[in-house]
Amino acid sequence: MAFTLWDILRNLLLAARWTVLLSIVGFVCGGSLGVLLLMLRVGPNRVLRTAVALHVEVFQGTPLLMQLFLVFFGLPLVGVDVEPWLVAGLALTLSASAYLTEIWRGCVEAIPLGQWDAAASLGLHRLQQLRLVILPQALRIAVAPTVGFFVQLVKSTALTSIIGFDELLKTANVINNATFEPFTVYGVVALIYFALCFPLSSCARLLERRLQGSGGLAT
Amino acid sequence: MEYHLEFGWLADSLVAIANGVVITVGLTVATAILGIGVSILGAAGRRSGRAWLRGLVAGYVELIRNTPFIVQMFFIFFGLPSLGIRFNALAAAVLAMTVNLGAYGTEIMRAGLDAVPPGQREAGRALGMHGASIFLLIVLPQALRNIFPALASQIVITMLESAVVSQIAVRDLTYEADLIQSRTFRAFETYLLITFIYLALSVALRRTLRTIGRGLLGKGVG
Repeated sequence: MAFTLWDILRNLLLAARWTVLLSIVGFVCGGSLGVLLLMLRVGPNRVLRTAVALHVEVFQGTPLLMQLFLVFFGLPLVGVDVEPWLVAGLALTLSASAYLTEIWRGCVEAIPLGQWDAAASLGLHRLQQLRLVILPQALRIAVAPTVGFFVQLVKSTALTSIIGFDELLKTANVINNATFEPFTVYGVVALIYFALCFPLSSCARLLERRLQGSGGLAT
Repeated sequence: MEYHLEFGWLADSLVAIANGVVITVGLTVATAILGIGVSILGAAGRRSGRAWLRGLVAGYVELIRNTPFIVQMFFIFFGLPSLGIRFNALAAAVLAMTVNLGAYGTEIMRAGLDAVPPGQREAGRALGMHGASIFLLIVLPQALRNIFPALASQIVITMLESAVVSQIAVRDLTYEADLIQSRTFRAFETYLLITFIYLALSVALRRTLRTIGRGLLGKGVG
């Protein structure tokens, strides 16, 4: 059976669904875990603060590929059946949580300390200070780098092809093995990733510029 | 069922691990040097008076920054031979890593060059210096000082991403890990150890870069 360019394109576009889905799952789960870790990271408990800092250091200081392998070979040791989607989702969640915690911590720490004092003087306790006063302000500066990280996450999903998750790149490898047209196949794959990522990066840049234009933080 | 971690295989694998570390570090050093060169050229091109050159560099930066590294590497290693451009795996890895670091580096370098006040250039001209020496002796060193931390973390990221070159059979640290675990059937232990080696490498690389930066560009860098 001969593959036309249209066959290649159609199959790759269909596979791109899984890239998009995995990116969203990684972002939502990683973001939720990230919020939790952020609370601990800026919280009063020193042991927990250090533990989160360590989590960030380990996941930002090691290759994502190693993290994928560790989850892939580690899950069976605790008696969980290995499914590529589970490995991919779990590894990306852990990795994304580390990056997002660190990005958001930077945003929280950019808020002047006087805001914490002011919130405390209103009688709010620590969690309320964070939720009602600090986070709404930090959120404004967090949007652009968060969107920027999402681009990084979309690109990271390509590595899950190595542990056998059938996303865009894995499908490309299969099609390439059938068609022997690596130039076309990987060229089209690159263009699909570009089509996914470029609007997001442009959006991140626009948001950043708008924030700078508005004078950044209110102090 | 109880599973016990087992590291008895380690003694026989030390040489292989050391070889892998040498390749990974070698790739990183080669890429860092070439990549910084590309970044300087790219940033200079991005500020050139020729619109086509600016557009070309902008296109390169956006294309690389919005596609995964592994796809870029596969395109270079598997795709380009259809055009008659062939590389061995190691050359393809260095090329892919350099092209990748060069794109991120161009953006970083551009921000650094933009931050140097125009008065510095004018001062150089007042001293009778010409364009190239103003750029190399006055503007570039100041730009490098400002952006060194960003450049250093991009180099660390490049080192971590280099784990992927094992996929085109470059014998880096990850490739050696693949071989060890297929021999010992101790996959989790192997990758756990290799992960910690990568962690140690990234900490060491960050420190080394800071020391180099301070030595070359003066105190207060990084």
